[in-house]
Amino acid sequence: MSILVDKHTRVLTQGLTGTTGLFHTRQAIEYGTHMVAGVTPGKGGSSELGVPIYDTVAQAVAETGANASVIYVPPPFAADAILEAAGAGLPLVVAITEGIPVVDMLRVRRALAGSGTRLIGPNCPGVITPGSCKIGIMPGYIHRPGRVGVLSRSGTLTYEAVWQLTTLGIGQSTCVGIGGDPINGTNFVDVLSAFQADPGTDAVVMIGEIGGTAEEEAAAYIREQMTKPVVAFIAGRTAPPGKRMGHAGAIISGGQGTAAEKIAALSEAGVTLADTPSGIGAAMAGVLERHGMMARSRG
Amino acid sequence: MKIHEYQAKQLFRDAGLPVPPGEVVTDAAAAGAAFTRLAAPVAVVKAQIHAGGRGKGGGVKLVRSAEEAVSAAAGMLGRPLITHQTGPEGQTVRCVLVEAGSEIAHEYYVGLTIDRRRGAPVLMVSTEGGMDIEEVAASRPERILREAVDPEAGLRPWQARRLAYALELPASAIRPATVLFTKLVRLFLDKDAALAEVNPLVLTRDGTLIALDGKVVFDDNALFRHPELVALRDLHEEDPRETEAAAAGLAYIALEGNIGCLVNGAGLAMGTMDTIQLAGGRPANFLDVGGGATAAQVERAFRIILKDPSVKAILVNIFGGIMKCDVIAEGILAAARQIGLSVPLVVRLEGTNVERGRALIAESGIDVIAASDLADAAAKAVAAAGAAR
Repeated sequence: MSILVDKHTRVLTQGLTGTTGLFHTRQAIEYGTHMVAGVTPGKGGSSELGVPIYDTVAQAVAETGANASVIYVPPPFAADAILEAAGAGLPLVVAITEGIPVVDMLRVRRALAGSGTRLIGPNCPGVITPGSCKIGIMPGYIHRPGRVGVLSRSGTLTYEAVWQLTTLGIGQSTCVGIGGDPINGTNFVDVLSAFQADPGTDAVVMIGEIGGTAEEEAAAYIREQMTKPVVAFIAGRTAPPGKRMGHAGAIISGGQGTAAEKIAALSEAGVTLADTPSGIGAAMAGVLERHGMMARSRG
Repeated sequence: MKIHEYQAKQLFRDAGLPVPPGEVVTDAAAAGAAFTRLAAPVAVVKAQIHAGGRGKGGGVKLVRSAEEAVSAAAGMLGRPLITHQTGPEGQTVRCVLVEAGSEIAHEYYVGLTIDRRRGAPVLMVSTEGGMDIEEVAASRPERILREAVDPEAGLRPWQARRLAYALELPASAIRPATVLFTKLVRLFLDKDAALAEVNPLVLTRDGTLIALDGKVVFDDNALFRHPELVALRDLHEEDPRETEAAAAGLAYIALEGNIGCLVNGAGLAMGTMDTIQLAGGRPANFLDVGGGATAAQVERAFRIILKDPSVKAILVNIFGGIMKCDVIAEGILAAARQIGLSVPLVVRLEGTNVERGRALIAESGIDVIAASDLADAAAKAVAAAGAAR
């Protein structure tokens, strides 16, 4: 079992004919993902990597039965691409693009409210259910199928955590990058509740960072509703206030969004905190041992 | 991207917001001429730097004659102004704003920012104007009123009225206030701002509203569609290393420590800094080379790190996903050959093509301290920096 994507997911790439879209679509195909279509306005009727290209998302969905989209469209056009995917009725849209203007995302979020489309990202590595479906830019080989869910605002920090889990023999149910932007489509609570409801997930690794209050909201959810154990790491304890730490959303402003506040909130909610990224895998191994879940996590 | 007060006020003026008449000048004599042209009994000479806290730092002076204007400007121009936001070395004043004084009856706060949790811009007003709004938020949160703004429609008339009446303005100022709020919201959305503040908004003794100070910060991601805003950028106000890094497609932020960091990915870069501190050291910088860096970018990153004289050791932490470890290794070797590594280098590589990357470094003969994981790398970097000192 898994959340969001599985072996039945049929994926189309918006921006497939660009360098990034082409590279990662090839990687996804090699991983075994069902890549069914590409969309690039003006290139309909051609094909790339054996995948048919359409001018519009609506055409691609009608012809191929795609039920998820991944977006590699450049920032000036990315918000429109998200809205086009939602307009075509796709239930899942994963926006990899980094650098979308905030005002564009405010409008996207408002347009998606109440729609049947779930947006993951933007500015995220994507979503992977190991062994079944890889949507995004994460290296496939570091993953291993299993029963630990992973969710994160960061890309490489997720890879770091996943690699440690895999090295310890702990597989993953689904790994979700929610993205490093201040305004995104899906937050920690959305994914935590999906993991809580997923019979294929035993425990969750959550990776947060400075800026905003998504971790505090996650802590409240975990305290009140979550029965599965959670291990967390929060990046940016040494980050100075007022500086954007790479991610557009990673900024302490007005004394708000510090790592200390987030760590305290999660700790109070019963979450096991790792002090460093190096300790995430071991922390999860300890939690699984305590809950008697290690044997089945190793699969 | 930040801009100066005088630039923010020009944007306000263009958007139809009331601002005092004023001129920006770069030499003291011109400040006197500007005073004379203003034909006001009292003027204010205001140092133009991006940092806040200028008044307390001596960067705002009341003047009553052209001579006083000249002497106030002479006391600021070309000198560092130190405020709580500049750091101990201060920021050099390169221009001053000479502005007609206002007779103040009351000061208010008006500000717009993005509320991340609500996913909407939020307009905030307070009767506690002229103060640091963060202090008001902490000590008297009930004195701040908020309205979430629809990003398509802008501020609704009823929202503007609610805030204007809540400020208990005189009846004659209600309509000007609602117009001002509405135009500020329009400016915020049209120009892709991340922050727009009028602090204070002043009610004068004759009952008119005027924006006495202005601060606007723009969303860097949206600058591609605002060439008119890019033209307002003042590179003197930015850290030259951060500017150079940005031009090379790298995210760099200078910090106070002595261990230079070169990492791929923002989250991992922060995690690396945290791990260094936990190991008893202090990071000299945040540096994210990004997901698809080239060997040339890695070399550039080394050059930027080594420009900081306090760097006593460098920690490279790479988790190769899309970015391959052998590419990083080539960048390290190129940097070592071309610029020479004057400080110990600790390298931790993991992920795609890691064996090839490690082999390249091992075969090069360059003195590199290899680390097995991040905790190990941090401990070794802290030890190396301590030994170098």
